[in-house]
Amino acid sequence: MSSIIIIFVSILVLFMLGATIVAWVTKDLLVAVLSSGTISLIASILYLILQAPDVAITEAAIGAGLTTGIFVYVLKKTERFEK
Amino acid sequence: MIKKVLIILLFVLLGLSLYSVVKYNTFGEDKTVVARHYIDYGMKETGSQNIVTAVVVLYRGFDTLGEVTVLFLAATALGALLHGLRFKSKEKEPSSLIVSTAARYIFPLIILFGTYVFVHGHLTPGGGFPGGVIIASAFLLLFLAYTQKEVSEKTLSLTEGTAGILYVITGLLGLVMLNSFLANFLPKGIPGKLLSAGIIPLIYILIGFKVGAEMTGVLRNLKEEEK
Repeated sequence: MSSIIIIFVSILVLFMLGATIVAWVTKDLLVAVLSSGTISLIASILYLILQAPDVAITEAAIGAGLTTGIFVYVLKKTERFEK
Repeated sequence: MIKKVLIILLFVLLGLSLYSVVKYNTFGEDKTVVARHYIDYGMKETGSQNIVTAVVVLYRGFDTLGEVTVLFLAATALGALLHGLRFKSKEKEPSSLIVSTAARYIFPLIILFGTYVFVHGHLTPGGGFPGGVIIASAFLLLFLAYTQKEVSEKTLSLTEGTAGILYVITGLLGLVMLNSFLANFLPKGIPGKLLSAGIIPLIYILIGFKVGAEMTGVLRNLKEEEK
């Protein structure tokens, strides 16, 4: 991999780590759900860079799309804030 | 406090074990014989341009049937869990004019894209699972935009059941004709053409319908109880 791609991937991984920490620390579960969706979105970009478009399209559709929607529906039924 | 320390310790252990895996299997090196075989002979043996699809549907077809079964069980279990539970009703706000108008125009396009993804599974990246989920996300948009919209449960379970049964029948036809479950009994055709790769497009269309109906059913179940 060329150095530009390595820098780009490093920035993406840093964003991913940041989103992970936000999802872990926050008490607002909606924020946690959205940041886990962000993690999936970045993961799908990383799969594309690693030349796995099949996995990337699945991760984008399931991880970033449908799972986030299902979690939001579940949050609407339960409570938004962690006790 | 002890809980957090334990969690950090767990992550460190996980990282160490991942590191040891990456250390001995570096990226871009082929070490397994079977992967080499798929890359070298996959297209010739199956007629599918997308090797991943060939592996998922033909070489490891039985696993895929298992996966579909697990998904079916999970969706059924969710339906059973939610059945009979009543939640506090919150007031339903109708979505704004912009959302509902946009949803009306985007919905058919998303359905079309999902169909494209699973019909062309043997030619381009994608396949039955992502295609079905894309179709289900179109229904998610529909449910968000039109809160009163209903999808009949009968249609969903009929689609799902028919697709599942046809999948097993396709496998059994392979067993009858070529002595092997899920064998490729249709002509392979020219790789790169839409009608090629034998039973792969057939099975991926069935999986697309099944996954799409199942996931829409999950969303419908979650939405239903809100009343």
